[in-house]
Amino acid sequence: MVDHHIVTQFDEELDELRATIARMGGLVEQQMANAISAIGRRDDTLARRCQEADVEIDAMEDKVEALTLRMLALRQPVALDLRAILAALRIAHDLERMGDYATNVAKRASALAQLPEVGPINGIVRMGRLTHAVIKDVLDAYSEPNVDKAVTAWNRDQEIDQMYTSLFRELLTYMMEDPRNITPCAHLLFVAKNIERIGDHATNIAETVYFQEKGTRLEGLRPKGDRTSYAVVEPPEPDAVT
Amino acid sequence: MPNATQTASAGQMPDAGGQPNVPEASAGAAARPAVAARVKIHARDVNVHYGEKHALKHVDLDVNEHEVTALIGPSGCGKSTFLRCMNRMNDVIDNCQVTGSITLDGTDVYDPSLDVVQLRARVGMVFQKPNPFPKSIYENVAYGPRIHGIARGKSELDEIVHRSLTRAGLLKEVNDRLNEPGTGLSGGQQQRLCIARAIAVNPEVILMDEPCSALDPIATAKIEELIDELRENYTIVIVTHSMQQAARVSQRTAFFHLGDLVEVGDTEQIFTNPKDSRTQGYITGRFG
Repeated sequence: MVDHHIVTQFDEELDELRATIARMGGLVEQQMANAISAIGRRDDTLARRCQEADVEIDAMEDKVEALTLRMLALRQPVALDLRAILAALRIAHDLERMGDYATNVAKRASALAQLPEVGPINGIVRMGRLTHAVIKDVLDAYSEPNVDKAVTAWNRDQEIDQMYTSLFRELLTYMMEDPRNITPCAHLLFVAKNIERIGDHATNIAETVYFQEKGTRLEGLRPKGDRTSYAVVEPPEPDAVT
Repeated sequence: MPNATQTASAGQMPDAGGQPNVPEASAGAAARPAVAARVKIHARDVNVHYGEKHALKHVDLDVNEHEVTALIGPSGCGKSTFLRCMNRMNDVIDNCQVTGSITLDGTDVYDPSLDVVQLRARVGMVFQKPNPFPKSIYENVAYGPRIHGIARGKSELDEIVHRSLTRAGLLKEVNDRLNEPGTGLSGGQQQRLCIARAIAVNPEVILMDEPCSALDPIATAKIEELIDELRENYTIVIVTHSMQQAARVSQRTAFFHLGDLVEVGDTEQIFTNPKDSRTQGYITGRFG
């Protein structure tokens, strides 16, 4: 199969779509990196800049929606073209959510900068860096495209979830030790939750890349390492879980 | 011979025109395709030569009953040739040679003792350009039943004509002018008249060779709607150059390329996730 369409304009539109996703992904990656740095360095200026950048990500999602709508209406895509267009639409949506969560992290960074420093910040930064690396991998998997890379990144979400569970316990311990820790630790809990959600959206993107390339869904259960629901209580018996 | 049981059960109901299969058809329409469809036409290792030219190469294809099977592919790929094999329309071409086996409910279509006229009554055909006889609308539909001796009298013939025109979705438009010439109708109406003519002789299979290529989008939509209704009672095979049309009307799609049957599968699968890169290239518009 030749890799270009008889109608070259269709190719140009698909290229534009992919390029838009790539740029959008780059912005989210940057947004995430800045938000984590702002937490780690207690940098209010960086945090504010980060919050402002979200507008641009939202605008790119609108652009992807307009492009896909137009292509669906005018090109009646099928097979791999159809999957590529649907994938772009889904990925843009995931990226937009990730941008929102990163903005939330940045907002908490502004608040945390004014509060006394607490221990678990380093753990949060580590979790953020890991998530950032997963984002980078899924975006690479999209632009190459590379299914193996997508699957590897997909599996790494478990590490993020495990880090989240252990941070959750750690933050609880800090709060129980000294009530003055409660305010900053509560903020950090939300930060950790936001980062964990960003990781989930990154796995969505990995699944979408897989679907785009293979035409089938990524088989098997999504890796789940988030055990915070049972952090201070015993989980129910396995057969009670449906 | 994997289809022995299917063909045997077909043999037990020789005039399986409609009634024995009605429950199956309505169940299929509600929640298809939970049960495997019954194979109506069974083609194995079909080869066609036009003189030196090997036009169709070792084609194996099953056509399921009460389904619309679309044959797609670029010009000269053999899809029309294959369609015409199913009611032996290729017999009339001098240097055309067909080998392999095609069975209709277990009956060998190429059995020399088979009456070709009877075969074509069972396997009707609708062509690219509407070609009504230069007769009245009534006579166009009545002609087939009359020569096949299907109707026993005038009133029965009237009934067949009305039923056929109704099924073809044309009666309302022509009820008051059944004695006017069929050629005076619009293109879309003429094509539906040809469909009415084809179903008047109670066929089991209807072959359609690009039935909408000469029609405007409204007339095309009417024919497509009609095709979907007709599949309750008939088995339909359609050749089309419009992939959107194949996607819209068919349950199964077969892609032909350079005389090969490249891929056949559920229409949804062919248009979302084709297995062969040639299919992918063709349906997405990437043929260089």
